[in-house]
Amino acid sequence: MPDRNGTPNAIRAENVCRYYTMGDSEVRALDGVSLEVRESERVALVGASGSGKSTLLHLMAGLDRPTSGTLETQGRNLATMSPEELAAHRRGTVGMIFQAFHLLPRMTLEENVELPLRLAEVPREERAARVREALEHVGLAGRAAHRPGELSGGEQQRAAIARALVNRPSILLADEPTGNLDSRNGEEIMRLIHTLNESLHMTVVLVTHERRLAASFAERILVLSDGRLAAQGPPGDPTIEALQ
Amino acid sequence: MKANDLVELAGRNLRESGFRNSLTTAGVAVGVAALVAMLSLGAGLQGLVTERFARSGLFNTIGVFTARDMRGMERSERRSGVLESNTRPLDDGARKDISALPHVIEVYPEVRLLTDVSFEGRTLFTSVSGLSPSASQNEAFEKMHGRFFSGPEAEEAILHADFARDLLAPANSPGDSFPLPMGPRTGSTPDVTDAQLDSLLGREIVLHYGEREPTPPPTQAPAHPTGRGTRAQNAAASTARGDPASGDSTDDTVSFSVVRRERRLRIVGIIDTEPFAGITASAASRVFLPVGLAEKLHPAQASTLRDIMQAKPSASENYSALVVRVDDPARVQPTQDALKRMGFRTFSLLDATKSLRRVFVIVDLFLAIFGSVALVVASLGIVNTLVMSVLERRREIGVLKALGASDADVKRLFFVEAGVMGTAGGALGVLLGWLIGRVINFGTNIYLTNQDLPHETVVLLPLWLIAGGVAFAIVVSLLSGIYPAARAARLDPVQVLRYE
Repeated sequence: MPDRNGTPNAIRAENVCRYYTMGDSEVRALDGVSLEVRESERVALVGASGSGKSTLLHLMAGLDRPTSGTLETQGRNLATMSPEELAAHRRGTVGMIFQAFHLLPRMTLEENVELPLRLAEVPREERAARVREALEHVGLAGRAAHRPGELSGGEQQRAAIARALVNRPSILLADEPTGNLDSRNGEEIMRLIHTLNESLHMTVVLVTHERRLAASFAERILVLSDGRLAAQGPPGDPTIEALQ
Repeated sequence: MKANDLVELAGRNLRESGFRNSLTTAGVAVGVAALVAMLSLGAGLQGLVTERFARSGLFNTIGVFTARDMRGMERSERRSGVLESNTRPLDDGARKDISALPHVIEVYPEVRLLTDVSFEGRTLFTSVSGLSPSASQNEAFEKMHGRFFSGPEAEEAILHADFARDLLAPANSPGDSFPLPMGPRTGSTPDVTDAQLDSLLGREIVLHYGEREPTPPPTQAPAHPTGRGTRAQNAAASTARGDPASGDSTDDTVSFSVVRRERRLRIVGIIDTEPFAGITASAASRVFLPVGLAEKLHPAQASTLRDIMQAKPSASENYSALVVRVDDPARVQPTQDALKRMGFRTFSLLDATKSLRRVFVIVDLFLAIFGSVALVVASLGIVNTLVMSVLERRREIGVLKALGASDADVKRLFFVEAGVMGTAGGALGVLLGWLIGRVINFGTNIYLTNQDLPHETVVLLPLWLIAGGVAFAIVVSLLSGIYPAARAARLDPVQVLRYE
């Protein structure tokens, strides 16, 4: 569904709740969150620890399902999808990168990047070119045969980005992608994601607790607090600044 | 995920923990080897026994008699009256019809006569039987002196060694006693060497027998007998002047003569054990001749006397019994049924076969149960290995799910890993079981050689056991993979990726 400016929405959440039961008590990780993310937009989800930003990202990724509410990507409600459909959503619509990279250590970069293509049943003869293209995007074409343990943290995260890109998703979900990197490598990764957003027109949702990083990267910042959307606006917006 | 990708990933995962997975696979191999070795032993013993019986012709042979014979053998039919209303003579027409039945490979008459045999001036009384060409496969001819008959009508004879010894025994030895023993000998056997027995080969015996010769009614009887025999007795022209019950007034008097004849036969072989020549014929026979020749002789047999006593004797010569061989013991029952429908009585050792098979099924079952215990233990090893693997690979499973793997993909991956271990273990196990079998065969044959006995295959690995062993290992492995695979598929990727 297009937003008020006429740009189609990549993601639309309406009154999304995610509750967990821990013993006798109920934890409201997300409590009535409504938001929209336009196609090709760069959005940062910020908030304190436990504010619900990672939970929201996992819901967008289709790794989890909302307790109630509607969460749509490309017009399809993730809340009502079957497990198989959610798996297909993870394979085709979204790409994820994590703070801990989560590359499989016994595989080479090439094999790590090929993994989503295997899961998506892409023909074998097509895979090599797709893997090479993804590794070239992140500048690691020359390290294809290396294992993750032989690379620096920055290189590992770039490899993880290549793995997220290889299925050509329309949405890139990044969960604290610079959390395990030094500032120089962190900036390099964010520049890379920015470039990919512009060159591939991918929607990017970045989860971070670093205020400076969110302000430098995102077109719009969404502030979560205690499972609710507390504010949203462009970087530098006084309301946003006040909440962070 | 496609099957080849699953197998590739599973193989990679298994190689990663190579030592542990090799031990698990070795456990499966030992289990399968135990199972295969046990069942091979069962199959070998079964093969040994059934081959002996099959070669004896016991299990694929049916004795066929006219319905008026064999009274009391099938009481239910006699009670029902089927027997009385559906009789048919066992003549050439019947033999032709029986030969045309499906799966029948041989039909020959059972020929047995009690007669005199002369050798170099000595005459001994003994029992003579006809042998079919297929009898050459009989175990009794394995270690014979000389050879089997050169043709179905060759004028040749094979002697039982006891009879041969009696032929060679000096005058007034126990061999001259009359009548000669018909069953197993209980008296002393003349001390005759193998070389002396062999000296009989190529020499001739003279068979004295009574030929049954049909004769026209008494007024037209020929003045002189035919052939080179002498008419010893004009036996018993049996008469039956019509059937009062049916009102038949035709004079159907028939008669035949039993004419004394002689036939010279060359001794071509000497055997130590009695071959199976039919349902009743082989018992205690001491001289054997080709069944084709035996037929040509038209000898008067014990049944001839019975024919005389019948109310309606046949002018043509009927067979006292026919021996029918089928191509497969499993065809005995349907062939027997067909023969009964044709109006004959039948007899086979089918029931004995069934009992024997039942015994072997039970033996196989017990051997399989003992063999399976090791495989059950091995399957617990698979469960343990895969559960450990799930615990160690939680993060990998979470990553796979985050990248788009479904629960079913994760399950399949673990099933394939279990299946690969099962296949490898099964193949190795069959190989190991085969080796164990070879060792047992080798050891057994050393023992048999020392005991001066022929070599035997005690442990036999049939194709079905090779395929079955591997298949069973795969099935057990897949069953073992159910719990670990389900556990892996249940992992919550959010929790795993957050905390691993």
